Amino acid sequence: MFSIARTVVRPRLVNSFTRAAASIHTLPGLDYSYDALEPHISGEIMSLHHTKHHQTYVTGLNAAEEAYAKASGPKEKIKLQAALKFNGGGHINHSLFWKNLAPTSAGGGEIPSGALKEALERDFGSVDAFKNKMNTATAAIQGSGWGWLGYSPTTSKLEIVTTPNQDPLLSHVPIIGIDIWEHAFYLQYKNVKPDYLKAIWNVINFREAEARFLEAAKQSA
Amino acid sequence: MSLHHTKHHQTYVTGLNAAEEAYAKASGPKEKIKLQAALKFNGGGHINHSLFWKNLAPTSAGGGEIPSGALKEALERDFGSVDAFKNKMNTATAAIQGSGWGWLGYSPTTSKLEIVTTPNQDPLLSHVPIIGIDIWEHAFYLQYKNVKPDYLKAIWNVINFREAEARFLEAAKQSA
Repeated sequence: MFSIARTVVRPRLVNSFTRAAASIHTLPGLDYSYDALEPHISGEIMSLHHTKHHQTYVTGLNAAEEAYAKASGPKEKIKLQAALKFNGGGHINHSLFWKNLAPTSAGGGEIPSGALKEALERDFGSVDAFKNKMNTATAAIQGSGWGWLGYSPTTSKLEIVTTPNQDPLLSHVPIIGIDIWEHAFYLQYKNVKPDYLKAIWNVINFREAEARFLEAAKQSA
Repeated sequence: MSLHHTKHHQTYVTGLNAAEEAYAKASGPKEKIKLQAALKFNGGGHINHSLFWKNLAPTSAGGGEIPSGALKEALERDFGSVDAFKNKMNTATAAIQGSGWGWLGYSPTTSKLEIVTTPNQDPLLSHVPIIGIDIWEHAFYLQYKNVKPDYLKAIWNVINFREAEARFLEAAKQSA
């Protein structure tokens, strides 16, 4: 829509219109209520995580993009990269996260027979072996970050990758992400990360994961 | 405090001992380099938390009070006022993008007090640590949730400025 507008509307009007519209990121809604993932992830965590932490990344991203649009040159733009990566990554990662969670009543935790299950068995030996490997890698992050099941466009395999802080996953197509920042689990699980990592598999949305996998495999075919 | 000490810090101690044991048995440079991350993470975690417990004190034991003396004068000289220093430290610490520590550090090169941050459990190497503030979420989340500024405001009531001054005097002496 905006690309069409660019050709027919006067440049000055289009620039401010598209610039203003492009920088308005918004907090996506959840497909389930805050307490719908209990007892595996508490409603208190889900509520704070969504309305406070993710919202802060959205607000920060909009502010960073606004500043970037006004930046006078390369040096100013480079100074803004950290804010763009942190807030942009935070927005990307959490948006993916909410979608790859689901209440058990909506299929959370169930892996349907199909392409994803077969690929997990092929690349990890078994679904349980995959979960263990993902949990080990995620728990081993030294600081804040994310554990990912990613699809490698180069090898066409499913691989486990981690990213630090709010760095988005770039080397692979994200299939499943697990937030291991302490705010994601601490109120409920305290320091016992392994308990959180065990529990979360009950609410992982494998149908969403399979949709991402099929799309990724198609894109790189 | 209980979880922080008995679980988090203990885990770094246990991890450091295991990493050092493995390092002692390492067969060559490559094996040793592989162990650097574990040594830095657990070693840094042990160093940082050990400093942290010492630079906190109950209000009944002087926590939050800055005695007249060399440290107060240096803070006023290098930051304008003690309040300006606290604000600057809180701003820098809150701005860490991930887990890490905010530090008041003494620079051996400039002989000034400066505010520095370190990511994750990296120990402060460029400066002599005078005051450290843990901004990992486990340090405050149960009480302050996402409201970091409230934690950073509250902690100044229990900062052990007498310990900080002792560290400052020692650091200034060492680089004199």
